[in-house]
Amino acid sequence: MTARVGVITFPGTLDDRDTQRAVRVAGLEPVPLWHRDKDLKQVDAVVLPGGFSYGDYLRAGAISRFSPVMETVIEQAKGGMPVLGICNGFQVLTESHLLPGAMLRNNHLHFICREQKLRVENAGTAWTSDYEAGQEISIPLKNIDGRYVADERTLDELEAEGRVAFRYLDGNPNGSLRDIAGITNAAGNVVGLMPHPEHAVEPLVGTGRTDGLGFFTSLLKKLVNA
Amino acid sequence: MTLDSVKHAAETPDTGQPWAELGLKPDEYARIREILGRRPTGAELAMYSVMWSEHCSYKSSKVHLRQFGEKAPENDALLVGIGENAGVVDVGQGYAVTFKVESHNHPSYIEPYQGAATGVGGIVRDILAMGARPVAVMDPLRFGAADHPDTKRVLPGVVAGIGGYGNCLGLPNIGGEVVFDACYQGNPLVNALCVGVMKHEDIHLAKASGAGNKVILYGARTGGDGIGGVSVLASETFDDSKPTKRPAVQVGDPFQEKLLIECTLEIFREDLVDGIQDLGGAGLSCATSELASAGSGGMRVELDTVPLRDSSLSPEEILMSESQERMCAVVEPGKVDRFMEICEKWDVIATVIGEVTDGERLEIFWHGEQIVDVPPRTVAHEGPVYERPYARPDWQDALQADDAGKLARPETAEELRAQVLKVISSPNQASKSWITDQYDRFVQGNTVLAQPEDSGMVRIDEDTDLGVAVATDGNGRYAKLDPYAGAQLALAESYRNVAASGARPLAISNCLNFGSPEDPAVMWQFAEATRGLADGCLELGTPVTGGNVSLYNQTGETAIHPTPVVAVLGVIDDVNRRTPIAFSDEGHLLYLLGDTKEELGGSAWSQVVHDHLGGLPPAVDLGREKLLAEILISASRDGMVDAAHDLSDGGLIQALAESCLRGGKGARIVVPDAIDPFVFLFSESAGRAVVAVPRSEELRFTDMCGARGLPATRVGVVDGEEIDVQGQFSIPLAELREAHEATIPALLA
Repeated sequence: MTARVGVITFPGTLDDRDTQRAVRVAGLEPVPLWHRDKDLKQVDAVVLPGGFSYGDYLRAGAISRFSPVMETVIEQAKGGMPVLGICNGFQVLTESHLLPGAMLRNNHLHFICREQKLRVENAGTAWTSDYEAGQEISIPLKNIDGRYVADERTLDELEAEGRVAFRYLDGNPNGSLRDIAGITNAAGNVVGLMPHPEHAVEPLVGTGRTDGLGFFTSLLKKLVNA
Repeated sequence: MTLDSVKHAAETPDTGQPWAELGLKPDEYARIREILGRRPTGAELAMYSVMWSEHCSYKSSKVHLRQFGEKAPENDALLVGIGENAGVVDVGQGYAVTFKVESHNHPSYIEPYQGAATGVGGIVRDILAMGARPVAVMDPLRFGAADHPDTKRVLPGVVAGIGGYGNCLGLPNIGGEVVFDACYQGNPLVNALCVGVMKHEDIHLAKASGAGNKVILYGARTGGDGIGGVSVLASETFDDSKPTKRPAVQVGDPFQEKLLIECTLEIFREDLVDGIQDLGGAGLSCATSELASAGSGGMRVELDTVPLRDSSLSPEEILMSESQERMCAVVEPGKVDRFMEICEKWDVIATVIGEVTDGERLEIFWHGEQIVDVPPRTVAHEGPVYERPYARPDWQDALQADDAGKLARPETAEELRAQVLKVISSPNQASKSWITDQYDRFVQGNTVLAQPEDSGMVRIDEDTDLGVAVATDGNGRYAKLDPYAGAQLALAESYRNVAASGARPLAISNCLNFGSPEDPAVMWQFAEATRGLADGCLELGTPVTGGNVSLYNQTGETAIHPTPVVAVLGVIDDVNRRTPIAFSDEGHLLYLLGDTKEELGGSAWSQVVHDHLGGLPPAVDLGREKLLAEILISASRDGMVDAAHDLSDGGLIQALAESCLRGGKGARIVVPDAIDPFVFLFSESAGRAVVAVPRSEELRFTDMCGARGLPATRVGVVDGEEIDVQGQFSIPLAELREAHEATIPALLA
């Protein structure tokens, strides 16, 4: 039996079908999860995809964080289940306090969609083990609330503990502090980032690169070896 | 205040009514009285006024638009033609594609963000109402002079509105245009296109049939926004002396629209609706009268059951409101419960507001009293039709006689180089990535090509890699010089763009943006452009599937350039075979396809270097366009070309610059002996493209062109880090990139 990866749909989620495809391309089985349902259907890992859940009204991720499905996700994440939050999903993870910090509006105040170069700083997480530390990858970035912020002490802690998972290269696209594009929790099972690995898994579409596939193959290896 | 019921109206025939304020003409009001045999109630007057507006009734354009049907080419691919929410085309493998382009010009000038946002929302609902999942959008835009202060108000708002709404719906924005010209200063054009995909059996139509079937309104609550949007706003000329029309602009909520899309698609999957219509211009007036008019029976609606945002709204206002994110479905009684369950799942409000009757009238009640009793066809389909007078303007001859060939040309190689950089960095020819980077082009994970490619292309089947390509084009300068040719050039360019990407053009949609139909000169432009487009579509074999007419685009007495925007849809059996514009491999040979003549009228060069508009636009040869398209499609299918780029405004040098910058490679160019270098680089002769051919394919490719009779001239090779026009000048890519990419951010960021 192959590993099962839950993909949550909140009202206003946009990248759920794309994420299911990426999971499938990597050789895993996608399982759609619905925001109102606490049952995670015995999945082995969960992805919170991008979008504008609840229209990003109030604050990005602020309402989704209280949805029934998140109660179980928070509980199981604390128990070690791999969880990946992409873009809006990252915002939900910070609102849920599974990851520290918050996202503010981009410093230039515009939505930005472009191919973005990143450096994988931590290749020891559940979602990055197929990369090498220091490896440079290029995947799409698309958001308006993408500026990562946290207080200085938190940032210092993240740096000291190696929890900055990805950093922007060749130009910080939104004013994120210390060029942070994504972070991990201390255990390495919960990872969040603003750019979109699920949009870089096939050479035919998007930017034509497959640099994002490693997120899902990392997970596959972890789950199969476990 | 007494409710103006049908009974009350019959008893008070002499009560004065505000028909003029609602945009109706005296004879139109008289005709309504004649149809009803009494004076209309306030609610009926409201319905007729919005449905008989220029925007909804096409009363000035109808007599000309008929040609699109009369001259329609034989085409087996057309599944649903003009008249529905959008046309539907068979693209093979059981798939059908629906697409349409519409205008939201006037609202976007008054309130750029909401005007543009709701333009996207409206066209997306049109596509959804056909039964399709929306898969892509694009936006052809026209603004005033790039350096005018008001452009800095309008453009960023329009772009943010398109992005804010479209990005939130999860629809990739894969193309479109941005054009600047002073003629659009007081009247920008904000056109919006959407493409949707479905299986043949999923096609839905806007009709209400089956007595006893329920009429369900679902989506957002009805508010006071957008009242009279189609009549007082879209169908009149702007005039500074009148009060602001901002309340006539709708306000959008993309989150609600996203829920509406997913909810509606789930309803379609379970086959729960008989007929469906989105609520856009003219709101409930349009939805109820069109559904009833197209169906077999009548309809009875209890208007007081409509969920409201503002409980003080009058029945007239509810009928006219253009509140966004609403749909109206006709559902069999046995399916209503399941319909409601799905709406509840998606947090979408749904209300049974009436039912289909076995009568012939559209009857609307307000707390038990009847306020509307009309034959629905007279509201929706049998509005007034005008044969507006038209006449070739007296200035047309002088304009055409003012030949661009007389303009001073560069005398030295240095001057030619300087003019190349000047054209490439001019706002119209410069990179628009500052704008398009504010739109999500990756979402849905099926985007194969997006701006700045020749066409936007999406994969529609992951197993077979079947895909569709769409391009939009329109050159108001050409159309001003000759509206007949200008419309055909817009068609030809869009057709060429689709073929250059490797897709086979199938059908078109159009958005015809013109000035006031009450001006005979404008009406002549409109008549010529529609005639040109209909003739062109017949010759190319691409039927018009639908579209939109936007009139009254003028400020005071001054009309915009006639601006027919043409969208061509094409199909490609295997998107792996697509042809990008990028020159990516050194050593590939550059071939110029087609004939280059001295054609500078309406050109980018004449505008940028001389601020000139005169003469004749490039000659049209649709037979040549067809041949060129066949060659480009064959070359793509058989892997003979690595890159292709159509030639249009800016000529060869523009295409070379874009392809070099896209691929990060330079080119060495040799000017053929028989032609002046300046004409070679800047002429805008139609029916041309430049292709990059791998050396291994050269013979096969040139043999094919020779056998089919398409001129193919070897003009250079992909090589180095600069564009080197031998014997003339060279420009390093870095300098070219700076010139091309810095202009728009400098003006607008």
